[in-house]
This record gives sequence, structure tokens and C-alpha cells, in this order.
Amino acid sequence: MKRLPVLWLLLWICAVYSVGIYLFVGGFLLVRLEVNRTSTCGDVLQPGEEPADFCRVRPRFRRAVLLIIDALKIDFAWFDPDNAAPRPYENKLPVLEETVASRPAHSRLYPFRADPPTTTMQRIKGFTTGSLPTFVDVGNNFASSAILEDNLIHQFGQDLHTVDNGILQHLYTTMVGDDWDVLVAHFLGVDHCGHRFGPDHPAMADKLTQMDGVIRSVIDRLQNDTLLVVMGDHGMTDTGDHGGESQKETDAAIFLYSPSPLFSSPPSQSEPDVVPQTDLVPTLALLLGVPIPYSSVGQVLLPVFPPHGQTEGAVGGLSQLEALWINAKQVNRFLETYSGMAKDIPPESLSQLKAEFSRLSSEYLATVQQGRPPPPQLAASLQAYLTSVRDTCRATWARFNPLKMAAGLVILALACLACLVLSELSDVLLREDGPGLRGPVVAALAAAVCAAAAQLRSRGHVEAVWCLAAAAFSSELLFLWRARRCGTAGGEKSGPGGAGWPTLRRLLAPHLLVPLLRCASLLSDSYVIAEGRAVTFLVFSLALYIPIRLNWDGLLLPPSHDPLKAAGILPPPALAPSTVRKEGFTLLACLGLLVGVLYLSLSFHACREEQGACQPSPFLSPLSRLQDSRLKNLHYVLSVCALALWTYLLRRFLRHYGNLNAASGAVFAARWVLPLLSVCLALYWAVSATPEDSFRNLAQLIVLAQRVLPRAAFCLVALGLSLIWLDPLTVFTKTRAAASTRSPPPPPPARYRASTGISPEAELHHLIPQIYQRMRRSLDDGELSRGAEEAGRPAVEAYGLGTVYTAPLLLLCGLLGVGLLLLHPEGMALSFLLLMLEMGALLHIHASSSTLSGPHAACAGGFNVPWTTVVLWSLAATQFFHATGHLPTFPSIQWGAAFVGFPDGHTGTVLPASLVTLNTFASHILFSVACPLLLFWPLVCEVRGGRAGRAGGEEGEDAVMEMRLRENPRQFSSALLQLSTRYLFILGAQVFASVCAAAILRRHLMVWKVFAPKLMFEASGFLVSSASLLIGVTLVLRVDVAVGRWFKRLIPDASR
Amino acid sequence: MWDHEIRAMASTHAIIAASVFMATVLPAALVRGFSVYSTHLLWLYSVSGAVTVVSIAVFWLLGITPPTKKHTVGYKLSRLFRSCLYFFLSCLFFHAVVVLYGAPLIECALDTFSLAVLLTSLTTLRCLCVLGPNVQAWIRVFSRHGAMSVWDTCLQITVACTLVGAWVGAFPIPLDWDRPWQVWPVSCSLGATIGFLTGLVAAPAWIHYHRKQLTYKCK
Ligand SMILES: [Zn+2]
Ligand SMILES: [Zn+2]
Repeated sequence: MKRLPVLWLLLWICAVYSVGIYLFVGGFLLVRLEVNRTSTCGDVLQPGEEPADFCRVRPRFRRAVLLIIDALKIDFAWFDPDNAAPRPYENKLPVLEETVASRPAHSRLYPFRADPPTTTMQRIKGFTTGSLPTFVDVGNNFASSAILEDNLIHQFGQDLHTVDNGILQHLYTTMVGDDWDVLVAHFLGVDHCGHRFGPDHPAMADKLTQMDGVIRSVIDRLQNDTLLVVMGDHGMTDTGDHGGESQKETDAAIFLYSPSPLFSSPPSQSEPDVVPQTDLVPTLALLLGVPIPYSSVGQVLLPVFPPHGQTEGAVGGLSQLEALWINAKQVNRFLETYSGMAKDIPPESLSQLKAEFSRLSSEYLATVQQGRPPPPQLAASLQAYLTSVRDTCRATWARFNPLKMAAGLVILALACLACLVLSELSDVLLREDGPGLRGPVVAALAAAVCAAAAQLRSRGHVEAVWCLAAAAFSSELLFLWRARRCGTAGGEKSGPGGAGWPTLRRLLAPHLLVPLLRCASLLSDSYVIAEGRAVTFLVFSLALYIPIRLNWDGLLLPPSHDPLKAAGILPPPALAPSTVRKEGFTLLACLGLLVGVLYLSLSFHACREEQGACQPSPFLSPLSRLQDSRLKNLHYVLSVCALALWTYLLRRFLRHYGNLNAASGAVFAARWVLPLLSVCLALYWAVSATPEDSFRNLAQLIVLAQRVLPRAAFCLVALGLSLIWLDPLTVFTKTRAAASTRSPPPPPPARYRASTGISPEAELHHLIPQIYQRMRRSLDDGELSRGAEEAGRPAVEAYGLGTVYTAPLLLLCGLLGVGLLLLHPEGMALSFLLLMLEMGALLHIHASSSTLSGPHAACAGGFNVPWTTVVLWSLAATQFFHATGHLPTFPSIQWGAAFVGFPDGHTGTVLPASLVTLNTFASHILFSVACPLLLFWPLVCEVRGGRAGRAGGEEGEDAVMEMRLRENPRQFSSALLQLSTRYLFILGAQVFASVCAAAILRRHLMVWKVFAPKLMFEASGFLVSSASLLIGVTLVLRVDVAVGRWFKRLIPDASR
Repeated sequence: MWDHEIRAMASTHAIIAASVFMATVLPAALVRGFSVYSTHLLWLYSVSGAVTVVSIAVFWLLGITPPTKKHTVGYKLSRLFRSCLYFFLSCLFFHAVVVLYGAPLIECALDTFSLAVLLTSLTTLRCLCVLGPNVQAWIRVFSRHGAMSVWDTCLQITVACTLVGAWVGAFPIPLDWDRPWQVWPVSCSLGATIGFLTGLVAAPAWIHYHRKQLTYKCK
């Protein structure tokens, strides 16, 4: 068996996928370092000439009202009296223009442009809060007491007015009171209406008219010390969407008003054309007399500050120049902090900015110390400095990086293709003369070096991402090219039936149609929201397809005695009718089990906030939160029963196949570690469900147990896993004569001595069957010593050899499952039991259907796992992701998992992060680790068919169960590679689909609510799955090594 | 060589399709406020009733149903009874399958059961008409070599089309378009009916174009 090539190929394909994901995500989610500092009133800004900069003077305004009208486009705010036939969205907010015209010193209307840093921040923070972070930040910074944030953002199917009406009631009642500093009201109706009907619709006219009324009544209620800001957060396109970068989307409106004079001069030439969104925060801060937020890069809006020398006349506050000076110092401080943390700002522009600031500061300080009026160009240069800082930051934190996104897409697409090719040509690729990985790896290295050199020459620094991209791309291309060459060569040899171009007919075959539908469903927000049920639907459909297909081929039922047979239409049946009946029954029974499990698993789902009428599963809340003690006991008993059944089923399987007899590490794990782990878990559940006040004198003990029990369980899992790894063989060997004594084995029978001269392989061919025959006989009859007619046979009996690969893998899954269950709420034990049952049902369906169709689908080797099964397996992983209470949204992450065993929290971040990852992707991990079982199960179940069932004509000396794999090492390795690559292909195709969804729909209204989180979950799920798959495959290879050693040890024994 | 049979099939199908059409149009004239969406169950029962009656009549007149071996009244009655029983069991079976596919268990039980009745009258009833109350024959028909007459092939096509139609009909339900036909079970029953009509058209056409390849050894 070729172990290393299989592993290398899998590692390579996983690496290529990861590079693609990394590139795309890097271009899609621009991450900028967040400076986690806050400004305070006492801050001393460098150069520190003044004692304190913020809060130095009495603020102009005591309070502010922020009316955020979502998607208030600037076109909605203009008023054109000459427009005779206004469109639905035009001239509907006359209050703004009327106020500006009648009270020019009190109000102003500007276009308000969304700025890249803001958008970036929105993107990143939008993940965790789902709200408008900039404005929430404003609120937080001002220590506001009333934030009327509405978190029903973009709810479809809602009445347009209910959301806003709810806010209105609150708004007016709050405004009357006096216990607030900043009032933020966020009206979603306009945005909502835009998405639903577009701006050019009568509904928009109604909505804007309503907003006009709102603004009017707020203006009426304002007091003299209050500032009113009416603004939109972005505009909208002609279709009512936003999120992109066209001017229609970025240009919103901002309207400032105060009952006391706000502007010192009437509107003039020096007015800004457009106010960038970043400018609002520093302006508001200085007007309200609070520190400018630490990370703000905006510049103050000059017209609201009086020019130098007029401050005395005004109510108070800063002059234009003072405001600019404070602003510049604050921006400089941020720039210094930021450039100390992150290196993404180009050094030359950084030093230029620093030089400019020191020049300006010396000039300003000189002016102030000499007490002479400042030169008029000083304010302009300060403004220019602020603008250039902002532009530098904007250039650094640009929006999407389309180049990286495209490169990621291409690499992912090629990786999917390579994976498909790998699975189709797994046999050819593993041949001696087949194309190895050496070429692609060398090409990758060369391309990486070239990319680095090119970057050094052109830009002066190296971005590692592009080196990775070049490496992945070139290795993929080379691999595909060589695979194509040898694929055509191999295809000619093997004749037709190889991988051809997909025709419509092939695409409509359910095993391709279902994954296609699944991938297509990732492009629709509705289907992503309803993913749990959609996947269950698909699993059910595909599972039903298996018996229907078998029946269509006439394989499900034993051929009846009808004239068909006599007419000779049907080929003579290859399987005995009794076998067919039995296998058919098994298949239908397992299908029934599967269907039942599918249906029950629906009751463990959690709810997304978009799903209106949805009740989260009662099993999702931990026991300690349940109030009713009877219900609590019931849940506890159910969970413990599920856990016990999990352990029992696992041990039952191992015992049935004779894997619990040997004295090896894996057997120890199965016999002792697994039950102990379950007991540990059950005790932990009991302890954590105990209310703290019920046993006062035991409180200390309970607290201790809450810490110790999970840690002990972690240690047990680790112990079990390492035992399985170190000593995976579960084969119990004994010589028949020496059954009672411990004497060395007796001299082997003559039959074996004859074969000593031949190669070890030839000996293997003899030995394995003999051993296995013995083993099975003793298993079947339960008696260890059979009559004397066996005297001629070798005197070695091996128990559990037939499931030598399956047993450790299954044990690994069992241990991992209990370990992962520890991180979940107790009620999920039932779901985990369902998961195991579904795995079993799928495996048995696969085994039965391959037995039933076996002689007909006689491929070389016969170990190939069909697409249908692999698709089912991968869909089941997604299905149980949902059925263990997870959702592809950030708020639904079960953070509690990080505190299992660590109730006081952690010091680092690695451990909690990995605990949460393990919790989130538990189902992905289990299904991926167990994936190689698909290869073994038909062989394991073979014994059920009985001797009569197997292809007749052979003399029963055939190797059986998993020893077949041992006998055909080449087919074994190619089948293992094929299975893994098929699984990876389906997972990769899903990642590719969600990447496409994010790329295509990046202007979609749901992108930050649905598609981007889905992409992140799908991508991390892929990474976790591929790592787990590699673990599973590696364990199989490890077992293979151990089996090889075992045989080597046995043969010298037997032939001495 | 089967021109006669294909023509018979085409005219039969035309009659059945016409009955579906009439079942949609006639109540609209008779019952006030009748529409496919708002009074969906009424439409559904009207269609399944019409299809049931017309299919039984047409197939009985054509004499396609396999001849009974015995001609006693008792045997005929038991056959009739078994047919009714199978019809009802098939309704229950479809109901269970639809629920397992994700239909609500309790809330819309009547709607789900009505869909099951529609599916039964579009598929099982046809099996009853063509093959008689013989489940083994039904299972046998749906295999590659199982068709023993043109009518069997036709049965395969119409049943497959109906079921696929109902299956595809479930797709629009999760979408957030707020259309009246997205309400359970409108899209599925519409899908089944459209699939059935497609099958009615497709079966004679397909048989006509493949008449060279089709060989039925025994009948
Ligand atoms: Zn918005
Ligand atoms: Zn929006």
C-alpha cells in the first residue's frame, strides 16, 4: 500500500484549497487593526503645551438628537420648487429646505459621503453587533443614556411602518424628559422601502412624507441647548440596494439644526461640497465638549465653529483654528499609535505626514505664544494635513480588494477541478509511473520565488499572500496538465467509461443534482436562512433515491418466477434470492431508521433572528437554566441514557467483531477509558445542573467538581486518543495449542514450511485466509477449539482481524464524540446519539446497496465508494451542524463551550478559541474523521451475507472482510484516496459556492447578515473538516503500518 | 405497429387533461369566490375527484385493467374493497412521506392530507387502473425491464413526472417573495398537477419516438 503518496496528495489539495480561501477572505474582509484605546478628558495631546485639550472650554451644546434615517439619499433631501412633476422620492422633505431658507444661521444641509474607514469598521463590527457601529460608538463615547437602536434591521415581510412607529412613541416620550445626553433614533423604513419597492415607488413618497412630519415635530420640541442632526448612513441605487461604492450609494444627506444660532456666517463659497461621514464624530465631540474618539480620522466641520476672534460673541466653545488644532493633534496621536501597531501604512507617506505635522505645530505654537493673529493659510494647511491623513488611511484601508478576490476564486475553482481529477484518476495517479507531486511542488516553489522577486523589484516589499497565490496557481496548473496527459493515456488503456464531459443527462443524475442544488442554494439568502431544513430535505431525497434506483435496476427484490426469466431478458441473478431478500430488508430497515433520525433531528434546531415564527429547541438550554425540577430530571435521565447507549453501541460493535480481546492500547481505551469518560461526563452534568443553594455544605465540593470533572474528561480523551495512536491493533492472536499455557508456539505444520522459500507476499497470501477462517469459525460458533479435522491448518487464531481498520477508527470517533459532547449543552446527547444512528444507517445502506449492486457494478477492485454515498455523508455533516444547535451566524456561537472546565475564564486566547471551534464544528469533525469507514463498511458487513451469498465458484479460501484490502494494496490506496478526494471535492464545491455568493452578492442587502457569516462558517468548516479527514486517513495508514508489522512478526513465528 | 395504442393513449390523456381543466374552470363559474389560491383545498379536491372519476371511467371503457381470473361477484367485490383500501393506504403513505419531508406535523394536517389525496389520485389511482390492486406488480413496473405494455411505460412516465413535479414544487416555499402560491401546500399541489399534465403529454410523445426500441416480450 502506498501510504505516503496518498497523504501527500491529500495534504497538497488541502493546502491549495486553504490558499484559495485565504486569498479570497483577505480580499473580502479587509481587516484593519483596531486601536483599543479610548480618549478621555484628561488626555494630553503632543505637543503638550496646553494642560488638557478636550473638555477645556464650556461646550456649545449640552445635548444632541441624532435622527438616523437609514438610506436617506441626498436626492431625497433636496427640494426643488420648480419641479412641477416630482418623482415619488423628490420634494418629499420640504422641512429641510424651508428651515435652511428661513433660518440660515441655524441650519445647513450637506451631502454626506460614506467613507471607507467607516465602511470597513462597519464590515468588521457588523459581524459581531449587526448594527451600525459608528453611531453606536458615538453613543458609547458620549455615555448616552438613551439609545433607541432598532435591531430589527432589514426584516422582510414586516409592515413598513411598524418599526418606525415603535421608535416614534419612544422618541417623543424620551425627549420630554431631561435624563439624556444624546438621543439616537434609527429609522429603517426608508431603507426597507427602497429594498422592497425601489425609490421610484409611491410607498417611498409616503415614507418620506412621514419622515418629514417626524423631523418637524422633533424641531418643535427642541430646546436651545440641543443640537439636531438628521442624516442618512448611505444612499441607494436606482433599484434600492446599497453596499457598493457608486456615488448613488455613498451619498447620503446630513442636516444640522439648532434653535440657537449654529453657524457664524451665512452660506458662502467656503462651504464644503460634501461632508465625509468620518467628519461627524469629531465635530459632534467638540460641539458637545467630549473627547474625540481615539481612532477617529475625521476633520471637524469648520462652518459650525466661529472664525478666530469671534468666539467671545458666540455662546462659547472653540474657534475654527483651535478646533482644527485639537483635531490635528488627536489625528497625529492616532497615526503614531496605529503605525506603531500595524505596518500597513507606507513608510514614506508616514514620514511625510509626520514632518508636515511638526512644521504645522511649531508654526501654530509660535503664533499663539506671540499672541498675534494667525496667518490665514494656517487653517488651510491644517485642513490639508487632516485631509492627507484621511486619504492615506483610505488608500490603506481600501474597500474590497477585487484582485485578491478574483485570484482566490480562480484558485478555489482550480482546486475543485484538481480534486475532481484526483478522485477520478486516483488509480492512475498512484501508479509507479504516474505523475507524482514533485513537479507541482517544484513549480510552486519556483513560482513563489518569482512572485517575491517581482514584488521586490516593483514595489520594494513582499506580500506573502501573492507568493502563496502564485505557488498554488502554478502547482495546480502543472498538476492538471500532467493529470490530463496521463489521464488520456490511462483512459485509452481502460477504454470508455472514464471521466467524460458532463452531459445534461449526467448532470441530472441525482447524485450530481443534489450537490448542485445544494451549491445553488448557497446563493440565495432565503435558503441559507432555511439551510437546516433544506439540507434535511436533500438528504431525505437522496436517501429515497437509493432504493428507487436499485428497484429500477431490478436489484432490490429477488427475481420472481415470472416469464421474464424464461424469456432470458434478465441476466441470471448473481446473488441468491435469500441474500437479496435479506439485504433488501436491511436496506429498507436502515432507510426507515435514517428517515426517523432525520425527522427527529429537526427538533434540535436553533433559530435565526430572521426566522420569525420559530421556537428554538428546548434541549439547547443547559440543565442549570431549567426551572421545573421534574423536567430537569427528565432531561438529565434522557441525556444520560443517550450517553450510555452511545457507549454501549460502540462496545457492542467491537465485541461483536472480536475487537475487545487483545491486550493493546486501543482495546484498553475501549474497555476502560470510554466508559470512564462517560461516567465522568454524566457526573459533570449532574454537578453542573445542581442549583448552588440546594446543598450548602457541599458548595465547595460542587465548585471543585465543576472544574475537575471536565478536565479529567479532557485528559481521558487525550489518553484514549494517544493510546489508539500508539497501539491501534485490536487483534488478539493465540496459538491453538497454547491456549492455556504460555509456552512458545508449537512447530508450525508442514504446509507452511514449504513456502518459506517464496517471497513474504506469497506467504501472506496463504496465511491471512487461514487465520481468518479460524477466527470466523470461532466467532460464529462461539467455541474455541473445533474438532480434529482442522489439524492440518495452521495453529493460529486471530480475533478481530476482519475489522482491524474499522475498530480503531470507530473507537476514535466514539471518544471524540463524547469529548465534543462535553462542550455542548446536556440535551445535545440525544442529538449526538441520533448522529451515531444516522451514521450507522448510512453505512448500512451503503453496504447493502453495494452488496445488492455489487456483481453488476463490478469495478476493478470493487472498493469504490459511489458518489451518492459520499454526497449523503457530507450533507449529513451539515445537517447535524444544525441539529446540534448551531447556525451559520455569529450571535449563535455557543460561547459557553470555552468555559467548560474553566469556569473562571482563561488567560490566553488559543485554548478558548479552540474549544469554541471544536464545539461549533463537532458534526463536521465527527463525519470527516469517520469518512474512511465508508470504505470499510461493505467489507465489514460482508460476513452477514454468509458464504452462499458471495460470488460462487471460489473455494472459500478467499480473504475476507478487511483482509481483502490488505491483499489488494494498490486498490486500497487508490480507493482511500478516491474517497477522501470525493469528500473534499463536495466540501470544496460548497465553499466555492459560498465564496461565489459573497463575491457576486457583495451589494446584496443581506451580505453582512447572511452571506459573509455563511462564508466564514463554510470556510472554517472546510478547514476543520479537512484537518479531521486527514486525521482519519492518517489513523488508517497508521493501522496499516501496524498490521504490516504484525504480519511480519507472525510469519517468522509461524515458519520458524 | 402500435399506432393504434398510441392514439388511444393520446386521446385518453387528452380527456384526462381536459377533466383537470374543467375541474379548475367549472367551479369558478359555479362557486362564488373560487380561485386556485384562496380556496385551494376546494380546487384540489375538485381536481382529484375529476381525475379519479374520469380515469376510472376511461380505463374501464378501454378495458386496460388486467382481466380478473374469476368472475364471481364476491371476488369482484373483494377486488373493489382492496382497491379502496389501497387508495386510502396510499393517502396515508403519501401523508407520512410529505411529513417526513418537512411538512408541519399538526398545524396543517388537513392541507397535508389533501395533498396526499391529490398525489394518490394522480399516481396510485393510475396504478390501480392499469395493474389492479397488486402491490408487487406496482413495484415490478418501476424497474427497467418491468414494463410489459405500452400502458406500463406510460404509467412509469406519468407517475415519475407527477412526483418530480411535487418535489420541485417544494422549492419555492422557503423563498421570501410573499406570493400566494408559496403557501403550503399550494406550490406542491400545483407542481404535482403540472408534472402530471406534462407526463400526460410526454408519455405518448416519448413512446412514439422510441417505439423502435421498445420491446415487450409478453403480453
Ligand atoms: Zn443602512
Ligand atoms: Zn439597507
